[in-house]
Amino acid sequence: MCQSRVCVSLPVLIFVLRLGQKCMKCKEGTAILIIRVGDAFCRSCFKDYFVHKFRAMLGKNRVVYPGEKVLLAYSGGASSSAMIQQVQEGLSRDAPKKLRFVPGIVFVDEGAVCGQSLEEREVTLSKVQSVLQGTGFPFHIVRLEEVGSPGRVSRNYKQAVGRSMRHGPGEESQPQVLEKLAELSTADADAPSGTDTAPNSSFPAELTERLVQLFSSTKTLTAKQELLHTLRTHLILHTARGCGYSKVMSGESLTRLAVSLLSNISLGRGAFLPLDTGFSDGRYGDVLFIRPMREYSLKEIAFYNRLFSVSSIFIPTLDTKAPENSSIQRLTETFVTKLQADFPSTVSTVYRTSEKLNTCSAEDRQEDHLQERCLLCQCPLDTHAGELPASAFQATQVSENLSQQTKENCASRAETAGKTCCKQGQCSFPPPPPCRRAPGIMRLLCYSCRLTMKDLVISFSVEKAAESFTFTKSPFCGRG
Amino acid sequence: MSHGVCIISIQADAVNVLQTDNKMQRLTPQFSLYSAKSQAAGMLQVAAMPVSCSSCGTQRAALRRPKTGHSLCKSCFFWAFEEEIHHTIVSAQLFQPGERVGIGASGGKDSTVLAHVLKLLNGRYSYGLELLLVSVDEGISGYRDDSLETVKRNQQQYELPLKIVSYQELYGWTMDQIVKQVGLKNNCTFCGVFRRQALDRGAMMLGVNKICTGHNADDIAETVLMNFLRGDIARLRRCTAITTGSEGAIPRCKPLKYAYEKEIVLYAYFKKLDYFSTECIYSPNAYRGHARTFLKDLEALRPSAIMDIIHSGENLLVREDVKMPTQGTCSRCGYISSQALCKACVLLEGLNRGLPKLGIGKHHKLHHKLLSEEPLNERDMRKLKDF
Repeated sequence: MCQSRVCVSLPVLIFVLRLGQKCMKCKEGTAILIIRVGDAFCRSCFKDYFVHKFRAMLGKNRVVYPGEKVLLAYSGGASSSAMIQQVQEGLSRDAPKKLRFVPGIVFVDEGAVCGQSLEEREVTLSKVQSVLQGTGFPFHIVRLEEVGSPGRVSRNYKQAVGRSMRHGPGEESQPQVLEKLAELSTADADAPSGTDTAPNSSFPAELTERLVQLFSSTKTLTAKQELLHTLRTHLILHTARGCGYSKVMSGESLTRLAVSLLSNISLGRGAFLPLDTGFSDGRYGDVLFIRPMREYSLKEIAFYNRLFSVSSIFIPTLDTKAPENSSIQRLTETFVTKLQADFPSTVSTVYRTSEKLNTCSAEDRQEDHLQERCLLCQCPLDTHAGELPASAFQATQVSENLSQQTKENCASRAETAGKTCCKQGQCSFPPPPPCRRAPGIMRLLCYSCRLTMKDLVISFSVEKAAESFTFTKSPFCGRG
Repeated sequence: MSHGVCIISIQADAVNVLQTDNKMQRLTPQFSLYSAKSQAAGMLQVAAMPVSCSSCGTQRAALRRPKTGHSLCKSCFFWAFEEEIHHTIVSAQLFQPGERVGIGASGGKDSTVLAHVLKLLNGRYSYGLELLLVSVDEGISGYRDDSLETVKRNQQQYELPLKIVSYQELYGWTMDQIVKQVGLKNNCTFCGVFRRQALDRGAMMLGVNKICTGHNADDIAETVLMNFLRGDIARLRRCTAITTGSEGAIPRCKPLKYAYEKEIVLYAYFKKLDYFSTECIYSPNAYRGHARTFLKDLEALRPSAIMDIIHSGENLLVREDVKMPTQGTCSRCGYISSQALCKACVLLEGLNRGLPKLGIGKHHKLHHKLLSEEPLNERDMRKLKDF
């Protein structure tokens, strides 16, 4: 969501090229910027190009229907600001192909986990509020803390989920996910009594504290960023369901997507690349996430915002001012931007590579509603070892087992030390160590979310809490 | 000392700083061995208290496994490392009993460890394999001639037959001569393409059923990243496969696919294996260098990143409607190729015509001219020269 971090060094971009160069499109106006090598645009042609791209993206994919309620995810950054501006543009136009959906905006205040004081957060919120009021669209400002609030919002939410349950099982695990996430910060499974605080008034400090505790017990920034992303997505989803939106638009730009493609590969999320970065993401069933800004490079967005005075708000986030190698995401971002400077086709090549990928065997299993999904990211589990003859997942487990003191380990070692094997070659070597079952909550997670969970210091007590919670109160996966 | 890239060996009397080779210098700072010496405590993660091995629980730990983070003693590390490779071989069904298996041996750490471990496992688990070494002599003086000496010593040590094929005898060009003509910029393209074919030809001469190469987990992860960055969807799909080229060519497999480079170095070091560790004297592939540096940085942040990338690569699914190159055979030499002429033949033609750029970049349209041995017209020539 937040785009402002990918550095676009404005001075580097050539503003006025050769004196008097003409726009390559209309051949009349004076060119004011070069988008790609050789493509010089004048101001008005650039605007047409930008606006057309947005509408073409929606027109090409045809997933938003007239009259539908669409929630625009706003982060304050350049991309989502430009996205909102494009929606305004599209709705206000008298042109025959006017956009015909009904927009609303959601802003998630993440100040608590980014180390901001209440005062700082209030300042940010008032800025956001004034910007959003200016749009004339209904808007929802939610705080990240609400993800753990079993209060008013969640109750509405549960009803909403109850309604949406007809769309298919799998979704009903949602409230449990949220509640479980809430439990993460407290070792005791006692849910605090509900609060009826409106999202905008001051929030119980207790919830903030729990959230902060959760993040401070996470060892790595990599995991924190993953966790924040998951929580934020759940909260947006939750808001969309609670308020009856059936689509969510999020404003990831081309540059941002290229970065997240590479960082997701590094995080072990290869199977989910099409879901995480594709145009539409239907993993939640009833609410579809779409990414209409995915073909704009950050440079285009930065220039559009500058030329047509679209304001954005700078809000520090988890990795603001963090060193280059503080997290996998941050490192990838630096890597991609540096490579892009030397090889200008990097970002678009990465993007086009991703376009050729497909969701992991989800197609053939789509019918199967009981397909196991990751508790955190809701992607189909990619941890079915044994299906592949040899896999990285299996190999890691074998390594773990062999490096630890286990009975089978010692036994098999003593055995092989003495005698040679029976059947030549096809030797049924002590069958790949019957991998210890991943404990508790881990087996409900996908490969990548397991890595994130491993970085949670308190995960053990959490698992216990979550497990008792899960199996005493309600079943987690499917069949409610 | 500041980068912590040296190995601190655990001698009783002195903290012995080994001068590490070029490749090792790219390894990251967490490359730590336990040492009882308090002097090194600042640099190593744990030093003062002896740590016991997490596998046997009795011996003192000698190293921290880069792959899992466990502290192991030497013998448990050897055991784990070998068993993992055995597990890979068995679960991926790499070999059948009675097969002749060629090991691509360069004299470097990966292939030396591969030859050592395969020989060892072949005995321990009675695979019933006949192992042979195949080496390629690229003709790089000051580099390959030295490393081939290592391979020859390995041949003695492991008592395996060795076959050396040279670029000179296969193509009539040595790398030294090629570099003289093309310069340092694209010479890796020539070397890489020729080596692939040379290895196959050497293997065919020996009549082997399979070739094993020493590609390790780091290499695979790096290749996944590279192919993604270059948009090479066909290679992206097959680069994580443990066995490749089963139809037509001699199948190749990578038993060290899940072994970390760092662990291979540790294994070779502790086993005191005789290997050659110098970078090629001709400049390495620059673009791969970016991916490599990035991977090492990732590994420093999260050691499992290498396996995570391989996991990602294994689970990528390419859309069915994406066009893939079709595999055919080269009409000149009969080697597998997706074009009328294989890359090696095009490169060779370029060298022989004095137009080395012929094989760099895409000039498919010229292939029919090359095949019919027509002279190139002026326009083509100009294109190849300005390139």
